[in-house]
Amino acid sequence: MSSPKKVFIKGNEAIAMAAINAGCHYYFGYPITPQNEIPEYMAKHLPATGGEFLQAESEIASINMLIGAAATGVRVMTSSSGPGISLMQEGFSYFAGNELPAVVVNISRQGPGLGGINATQGDYFQSVKGGGHGDYKLIVLAPHTGQELYDLTIKAFELAEKYRILTLILGDAILGQIKEPIVPWIPEKTAGDPDRDWLITGAKGREPRLIKSLFLADGEMEKHCWHLQEKYELIERDDVMLEEVDTDDADLIVVAFGSVARIVKSAISQVRKAGMKVGLVRPITLFPFPRKRLQEIGGRTKRFLVAEMNTGQMVEDVQLNLPGDCEVEFYGRPGGSVPTPEDLFEIISATYEKL
Amino acid sequence: MKQVFKRPESMTAKPFHFCPGCHHGIVHRLVAEALDHFSLREKTIGVASVGCSVFLYDYFAVDVIESPHGRAAAVAAGTKRVLNDRIVFTYQGDGDLAAIGTAEVIHAANRGDNITIIFVNNSIYGMTGGQMAPTTLLGQRSTTSPYGRDCNRDGYPIKMAEMLAALEGPSLVSRVAVNTPGNVKKARKVIRQAFQMQVEGKGFSFVEVLSTCPTNWGMTPQAANDRIAEEMIPYFPLGTLKQKDVVDVL
Repeated sequence: MSSPKKVFIKGNEAIAMAAINAGCHYYFGYPITPQNEIPEYMAKHLPATGGEFLQAESEIASINMLIGAAATGVRVMTSSSGPGISLMQEGFSYFAGNELPAVVVNISRQGPGLGGINATQGDYFQSVKGGGHGDYKLIVLAPHTGQELYDLTIKAFELAEKYRILTLILGDAILGQIKEPIVPWIPEKTAGDPDRDWLITGAKGREPRLIKSLFLADGEMEKHCWHLQEKYELIERDDVMLEEVDTDDADLIVVAFGSVARIVKSAISQVRKAGMKVGLVRPITLFPFPRKRLQEIGGRTKRFLVAEMNTGQMVEDVQLNLPGDCEVEFYGRPGGSVPTPEDLFEIISATYEKL
Repeated sequence: MKQVFKRPESMTAKPFHFCPGCHHGIVHRLVAEALDHFSLREKTIGVASVGCSVFLYDYFAVDVIESPHGRAAAVAAGTKRVLNDRIVFTYQGDGDLAAIGTAEVIHAANRGDNITIIFVNNSIYGMTGGQMAPTTLLGQRSTTSPYGRDCNRDGYPIKMAEMLAALEGPSLVSRVAVNTPGNVKKARKVIRQAFQMQVEGKGFSFVEVLSTCPTNWGMTPQAANDRIAEEMIPYFPLGTLKQKDVVDVL
């Protein structure tokens, strides 16, 4: 048997390739660094699928084109970076209210403002705490390698369809630009069920359908919000993803996501060699956040270190979800300069020695 | 007995919520008649905008997507790109299309998206209670121009049809009114033509319909109707500004 064929491509290209292999044949987007390889790949390869790539006049238009396409039931995606994702927040809120499935990729860059084009994790709050108006959630996936960018892109379409929800892939400039060997694969399911009873296709031989988020009648909006909340609870129950490394015997656990988690992994293998019992918890779903598992781990391990490429965002969720007798320390920097495994070795060792 | 008048099949039986003297009801009917004329009801997707017209899904017996404020043209573009054998139209007011949605409509027009846009211009924000719109006439009082629209502060009433007609992309750009039986007949013809162009794959069609808002103009239905002829049409002249019968290729 031959070994699976590897391709050597950028993270951004891995996302685009995965999306097409997952059956996403429509892409609407607007250029912004550091994610341009995604629209470029789509522009080149989508016509052959019979689908369409369209460059929109703004990210506001992109996300609204997504609404129009998602309502028909096809798999559809856009991608952007910080400033463009900010412009899409209105649309995210409508996706939540309308209960439409789609995938959005944020290859994030430094902010606030026009910021810089280097890697950051400063969009954590925007991704998991709302960003747009109203009481809603997105599913947020945080890959940390090229292969995982590929795999989670496919997963993102499945989750979006399962829950009629917008799924956001939160990467950064490191993940988008780094070139790695990836094993592409094609999922069994590459389209949603054509018989879904909400698809907007023209009312041929059936009652007209409506996709909307306006609820003015007495009690209607509250009912809709409770319905959304039930859905979010189901997602928290059934679709949490995380990775644990050496947590069983750990006296100190580092919590990190995305590219930083990857650097932490290198640092942990070094501190383990130096005899320190350190583990890693890497949330793969930032929403749903692995709350229950953290609670459990916090029953045994009492010291935590959260490392992020921002000045302290996910750390709040870690603090909120650990038992009260756990101590949480934080190491962060706002992005642009990336912590090295040696930096993290020093930080982890120093935290460990305080035990 | 021969039936000479009935509700179009593309309309539901729900009574309109529109104020007395408002033209939305007439424009809704003309759109429904056009859909019926080409037997399009079962293959049509409407995009509702924000404002009084958002409730079009109560009145049209077609599939509808509700759009964020101003974004209807982008939503419609997304739908049409996927379902290019379906008929996709938006129905937008002047606050929605000519203020917050200017970028979306210009670029849909410029791309020549094969959709139809019905633009109802009543020179005011209706649903929010009579604020100044981009189409509010100079000197016209509104709740946010209580001393009258001032060109030095607020700029000039925007002529969307003329703006869009200047682009290469659109295939049909026309302005009509429904203030008299004669104008209703002309409007019926142009709206029908707009949908026909979409059926034939000829690209972007845009019909601006001058409309009353008696409630927010503070006028009786009759006075509001008269204002269309006396004040609106002189500034927003009626007629077809652009018509392209051949589809451009590359």
